[in-house]
Amino acid sequence: MNEDSVNTGRRNFLIGATTVVGSAGVVGVAVPFVGSWNPSAKALAAGAPVKVDISKMSPGEILGPIPAWRDKPIFVVKRSDVMLEELNSKNDRLADPDSQREQQPVYAQNDTRSIKPDVLVLVGLCTHLSCSPKFRPAIQPEVFDEEWIGGFFCPCHGSKFDLAGRVYTGVPAPSNLEVPPHFYESDSVIVIGEDEGTA
Amino acid sequence: MSALQQSFKNMMDWVDARLPVTETYEKHLSKYYAPKNFNIWYLFGVLSVVVLVNQLLTGIWLTMSYVPTADGAFASVEYIMRDVEYGWMLRYMHSTGASAFFLVVYLHMFRGLAYGSYQKPRELIWILGMLIYVALMAEGFFGYLLPWGNMSFWAGQVIVSLAGAIPFVGDALATWVRGDFNISGITLNRFFALHVVLIPLVLIVLVFLHILALHEVGSNNPDGVDIKKNVDEDGKPIDSIPFHPHYTIGHDLPAIVAFLFLFCVVMFYFPDGGGYLIEHPNYEPANPLKTPDLIAPVWYYTPFYSMLRAATFPLFGLDAKFWGLVVMAGAIALPVVLPWLDKSPVKSIRYKGWGSKIFLTVFIISFFILGYLGVQHPTPGRTLVAQICTAIYFSYFLLMPWYTSVEKTKPVPERVTMP
Repeated sequence: MNEDSVNTGRRNFLIGATTVVGSAGVVGVAVPFVGSWNPSAKALAAGAPVKVDISKMSPGEILGPIPAWRDKPIFVVKRSDVMLEELNSKNDRLADPDSQREQQPVYAQNDTRSIKPDVLVLVGLCTHLSCSPKFRPAIQPEVFDEEWIGGFFCPCHGSKFDLAGRVYTGVPAPSNLEVPPHFYESDSVIVIGEDEGTA
Repeated sequence: MSALQQSFKNMMDWVDARLPVTETYEKHLSKYYAPKNFNIWYLFGVLSVVVLVNQLLTGIWLTMSYVPTADGAFASVEYIMRDVEYGWMLRYMHSTGASAFFLVVYLHMFRGLAYGSYQKPRELIWILGMLIYVALMAEGFFGYLLPWGNMSFWAGQVIVSLAGAIPFVGDALATWVRGDFNISGITLNRFFALHVVLIPLVLIVLVFLHILALHEVGSNNPDGVDIKKNVDEDGKPIDSIPFHPHYTIGHDLPAIVAFLFLFCVVMFYFPDGGGYLIEHPNYEPANPLKTPDLIAPVWYYTPFYSMLRAATFPLFGLDAKFWGLVVMAGAIALPVVLPWLDKSPVKSIRYKGWGSKIFLTVFIISFFILGYLGVQHPTPGRTLVAQICTAIYFSYFLLMPWYTSVEKTKPVPERVTMP
C-alpha cells in the first residue's frame, strides 16, 4: 500500500465515529439552551398556591378576575339560589354538560363543577385562545343569546359558557373553562393551586 | 495617469491581492447584467433592503432607551416618546418601518408570482425568500410584545396559546415558550432577545444568501425571457444593462426618494394609521385581567388570522382550534413548494393562459378579503366568506399543477419587449 492510496474503510469509520460523537455533543449542549426556557425557580415559586377569602361575598357576586394562581385571572363566583336552580335547566345546549373532559379535578366533576354547590372557582381564560371572558350573570336575553341564563361571554371570538364554566355548543371554544385545583382551608378561605393534602 | 490615480490603483491592487473588493464590486454591481426591461415591480427588492437598514438602525437606537421588563417596558416607551430627544421619531420610524417592510415584501412576492420568478433556475431564491418572510413574521410578532401595551399582551397570549392546540404536548410547549404559566416579564425578556439579536442575525444571513443566489443565476424579467440565450461576443447578454449605474442611479434611487417621501407622510402625519399600524388598546399598559374587546393583529397578519378563525369544526377527533393552527401554518408553508407546483412552460403571466390569470386574480382578491375579515368581529356570515376565501387560497397552489399544464400558453418572444 503506497502513501497516496486512500484507506476508504478507515476514512468512513472516522467520519462515522466523529459524526456520532459530534451529534451526541450537539444534543448534550442543546440541553442547557432548551432547559433555560423552562419556567425558572422564581416563576415556579410565583406559581405557588394562593389563598382567597370569600367571607365577604354575597350571592350572585363575582370575585375577580383576580391575578391569583400562576398570574392567571381567577374567577370566584358565589352563585345565588336562583342561579343554581336555572343552572342545569338547559343542558342540551352545552357541549360537555357532565364535565367528561378533564378540565377539572375529580372533586369538581359534578352538576355544579364545585366543591360547595354555590361557590365556583375558575381559571378565567377562554379555552379557545385564552382571552378573558366577561361575567354576564343576569338571567335575561342578551345580544349574543336570546335565552341567556347567566354565564360568561368571551368578547374575542364569541364563546359562551354557563355559570359552571361549561361551554355551549357551536362556539369556537372546544372545552369547559378550567377549574383549578383548590380546597377549603376553612369555611371562608379557599386555597387555589393545589389539591387538599398534597402540600 | 496622474500620480493620485496611480497611488489609488496601487492601493486597490494591494487590497485586491488580499480581499476581492474589485471583483465583488464588479460581480454584484458594475458587471451584474440585469435585463433591460425591468418595470416598477422590480423596485421592491431594493426598497425592502432600504427598510431593513431603517429597522436595524432605528432598532439599535431604540434599545438604548428601552427597558425589557414587565415593570419598565411600557414606561420606557412613554419615556422614549416624551423625554428622549427625537425618541418619538425613532420609534415612529421603526413602527412605520415594520408596516412598510411587509408592504414592500408583499409587493415583491406578488411580482415573483406574476412573472414566475420562482421557476427554474430560481427555486432557491424563492425558498430563501419564503424563509425571509417567515423570519420577518416572527420578528414582527416578537417585537409586537415589547411595548407591553394591552394589545401586545393579549396578541401574545392568543398566538402563544396556539401552540397549546397541538395534541398532547401543546400546553407544555406553550409554557416552555412563555417561560411561565401566563405571558409575563419572563416572556417579554426572551422575546426582546429574539427580536433584537437572534432573528435580525437570521434575517441578515438569509437576505445575503437570497441576493447571492440571485446574482448567481441572474434576474428574471417581466417577459420571463432567458436573456442569457442571446449574448454578444464578450458573453454579455444583449438584452441587459449593468446594474450599476443604470439601475442604481436611474431606476432605484428615484424610487427610494419617492418611497421615503410616502414613508415620511405616514410617519409624520399618520403614525398610528388610524389604529391599524399602532392599535389603540396599546396605549394602555398590559393588563392580564382585561381582554380588549376585539383582538385583531396588525394588518400584515390579518389574512392568516382569518384563516386560523375559519376553522370552526372538529375533524378526526381533533379540536377546531388545532385545525385552525394547521390551516394557518399550511397557508404560510405551502408557497415554499411553489416552484414544483407550476408546470407551465412559460414563466411570465403575460404568456400564461387564462387559467393562471384567473387563479392569480381570484387569489389576490381572496387574500385582500381575508385581510379585511381579520380585523372584523367574526359573525357566521363573515366566517363563511373566510372559509370560501381560504379554500381559494389553497386551491391557487394545490390546483396549480393542473391548470398550468392544461391551459394554452402564448409563444414567448426571443428577445425582451420594452415597455
